[in-house]
Order: sequence, then C-alpha cells, then structure tokens
Amino acid sequence: MKIALLGLGSVGRGVAEMVDKKDLGITITAVADSKSGYMDPAGVDIPSLLARKKKTGHCGDTGITVADIIKKATYDALVEVSPTNALTGEPSTEYIRAALGRKKHVVTSNKGPVSLAGKDLRALARKKGVAFRYEATVAGAIPVMHLLEHGLSGNEILSISGVLNGTCNYILTRMADEGLTYDQALLEAREMGYAEADPTYDVQGIDAAIKLVILTNAIWDTGKKLADVERTGIDLLTADALRLAEEDGCTIRLIAESCPKTHVLRVSPRILSKNHPLVVEGTLNALTLTTDMAKEITLIGRGAGSVETASAIIGDLLYIRDQYARRA
Amino acid sequence: MKLEMRDSPGQLVAALKPISDVGGNIIAVIHQREPERDHDTLSVQIVLELPEGKRDKLIKLLKEQGVHVQRIGEKRLLFKRTVILIGHLMHTDLSDTVDRIDSTGFAEVSDLAMSMPAVNDRSSSRITIRAVSKKDMASAMTILRQVARQKSLLLVEPLEDTA
Repeated sequence: MKIALLGLGSVGRGVAEMVDKKDLGITITAVADSKSGYMDPAGVDIPSLLARKKKTGHCGDTGITVADIIKKATYDALVEVSPTNALTGEPSTEYIRAALGRKKHVVTSNKGPVSLAGKDLRALARKKGVAFRYEATVAGAIPVMHLLEHGLSGNEILSISGVLNGTCNYILTRMADEGLTYDQALLEAREMGYAEADPTYDVQGIDAAIKLVILTNAIWDTGKKLADVERTGIDLLTADALRLAEEDGCTIRLIAESCPKTHVLRVSPRILSKNHPLVVEGTLNALTLTTDMAKEITLIGRGAGSVETASAIIGDLLYIRDQYARRA
Repeated sequence: MKLEMRDSPGQLVAALKPISDVGGNIIAVIHQREPERDHDTLSVQIVLELPEGKRDKLIKLLKEQGVHVQRIGEKRLLFKRTVILIGHLMHTDLSDTVDRIDSTGFAEVSDLAMSMPAVNDRSSSRITIRAVSKKDMASAMTILRQVARQKSLLLVEPLEDTA
C-alpha cells in the first residue's frame, strides 16, 4: 500500500518511524510539510527523510507544495496529519477534499475537518468509492471507532461517557494526589510537555468537546457541532474541592457525555467514586460505551503521543487495505 | 410506624422479620407499656428505612403475622446526592443557598463540609442533599443549578446517582 504523508510533526514522524521499523507492507511514496515536499514512486528512504527534516527543518524540495503532492503523487491513501487549527479545520479540510476527489482513501488525526465537515467528507468518500477514516482523532491509541463499527456491530449504542483530554486528567490527578493548586498543576503539566503555552483549548474543555462531537456524529449521525456541547472547564476547580471529594471516597474528573435519548451532550467536571472505571491516572484516556446487548464496555489507554497516535493511523490504513483488497 | 400486636412471646420478632424480608432497615424500636391499655396487646413504634414501593407489601406481611398497623408516618428521604460548590460562598449567602433546598419541603441539605481559605479567595463546600424520591431529587438539583448560576458558583455534580 502506497501512502502520501502530509505533515511531519510528532504524529507524522511516528507514522514514518513505524512504517520503517515494522514490516507492515506500507510504502511512503510522497511526503510534505508546511515548507516543502518530496516524491518517490518507488518509496521514500525513511531514515534519510527523517535525518533531513531534523537537520534542515525541511522534508524535501521547497519547490514542491502540498497541493502538488495531493494532485500529482502516486499513492493509494493520503495520511493527513498536518498542523491544523481544530476550530477552523483548515488547511486540512481542503487537502482531504482534494484527495477524496481524486478517489484516494484518506486517514487523518486532525479533529477540525472531522468535527466541522465530517458529514460532507464522509458523503464525498462514499460517492468516490473510497474510505475516510479518523480513528486517531478521538482518544489517541484507543481503537474506539473500530470497536463501534465491528466488535459492537448489531448493538444499539445508548450512551457514551469518558475522559477524552489527557492534559485535564493529568492536572486533576496531580491536584488530587499532591494537593497542588490548579495553577501549580498546570505549570507542572507545561513543564512535562502535556500542556500548551495557551492552555485554554484543553482546560476549558474545548478539546474534549470536539472529540465528543466527533464520536457523537460517528455513532448517531446527528450533525452536532461544538456549540451544541454544554461545556464547563476545570480552570475554576480548587485544591479544596478535590480534598472534599477525597474525604468522601471520591475524586473529580473532566467527563464528556453523550446520550441522545436524554438530550445530554456535555463536558463538565464531575464527582466520581475513586473506584469508578473512568477514574484513570495521569494523561490516560478512558471511555465507557453503553449498549443494549453488551451493556457497559470501558476502554482505557493512551490519548496522545507520537507512536500511540501512529498506532491508530496504521490501524486505519491496514483496515482500508484489507477491506478494499478483498473487494477488488 | 406504630404497630399493635398481641403481648405474647415471639410477637415482636414476628413483627420485625417482615421488615428485613422486604429489604428494610430498622433504625429504632420504641416499646412502651401503656398502663391504661389492656394487657393483651402491645404497642410498638418502629423507625425504619424502606426501599421505595415496598410499603404495601410490608403492611400485607405484617397483617399475615397478626400485627395491626396503627399508623405510618412517612418521611422518606432516601435519595442522596453529594455535590461540590465552588465560589464566593459566604459573600453569596450560603445559608440562603441551603435554605432554597430546605424550603422545598421535599429535599434537604443533610450534610455540609466547607473550606475557609483567605477572605477573597473562592471557597469550596461539599453538600449532601437528601430527597424523598428520584423526581424530587431532580427538582432539587434543578433549583441548585439555578442558584449556582445566579450566584456565579461552580457546581460539580456526581456522574452517577447514589441511592
């Protein structure tokens, strides 16, 4: 399977490294970052690509643009992991549309295009007879989309609830365990590289809400948007609140919930018993799916990371290869 | 609950057994001999907690034991929910916040724990609310959410119900 890789940041690098290291039957035939591009229909030499990127900051020739890659390169699937604004979805949405238009499969880790234009993009993919997959957008390495589509097929999904933001979970874990104030825990999260310089997107629950929208639309196809989510962040929580919860055998976590029957679409800090399955430590993510037949299923795993996210992307790619090879 | 039964050996135990049979919890048994009454019968007051919907079954079982139920006084506050409120709790009149729940008549604040940081810092409190039924608890929570919004307090609710 030939792939074109858009973006060579943390996730793109993880994908390239794993494709190089593991015998997956995947060849990278084109790669682009924000400043340059590189094509080799016979397969890009990955170690020299990564070395070049590290040394010069460019992956290839500054004369080759992303648009060139999408339109001209030889590939079966586009792996779209370019730096993208999750609130506008650009430039990633435009790239995905162009590749689907060329009847190429697309796999992305970018939340913006899926949460804003998911319905359109899915329809376009269907029309063109190709796949559009985005396992990596929600809960990192946790294969929730695959579970919903396959393992739980035939089940009616009644509700979902989970911890979808590792940064918030890390901050709350540290506040509970060490009695840190919110500001202290945030500072620590920044030092560990878990929080951005501007933490608003994480701590006010925006990131979790976008992931909740993606999951909700993937399951129920209800066309929800970020603005439909009732959202409360963790930035006003106090160390005392965590202590008061602790005295009661409980703790506080930022929980995303969706249940169409009760019209709940919400991200908010909630009190949970400390032995509740969604109470996970550090940057972990957790997700409980409630269905009519299987009842509750809880998944716990890493929500971010270079290789962890690559796991979700590669899972999508190999699924596409198997599915479409069988059809052909 | 006030019961009347024959004053003979084993009768009190016979009256208590149906309570545990229906999943009830006996909190107190008050047993007074009233001199003016005839000595064939015994009057007993029992304070107990019963799961919802088990009242009629209990009365039926007691009747089968030959126990007469004189009176049932109900104050059922079986649903419990613990929330955390964060903000300027004192400046926004905490006793009024509590009173808004207590004055409903169907729910009450049964426990309150509070932190007292520096004067201008936001304080945090843990509040346990008890209500008669699930529906009343939902109404109490609606009131509390309104109060929290009015007073710009952060209300942290439990993810799951505890009965």
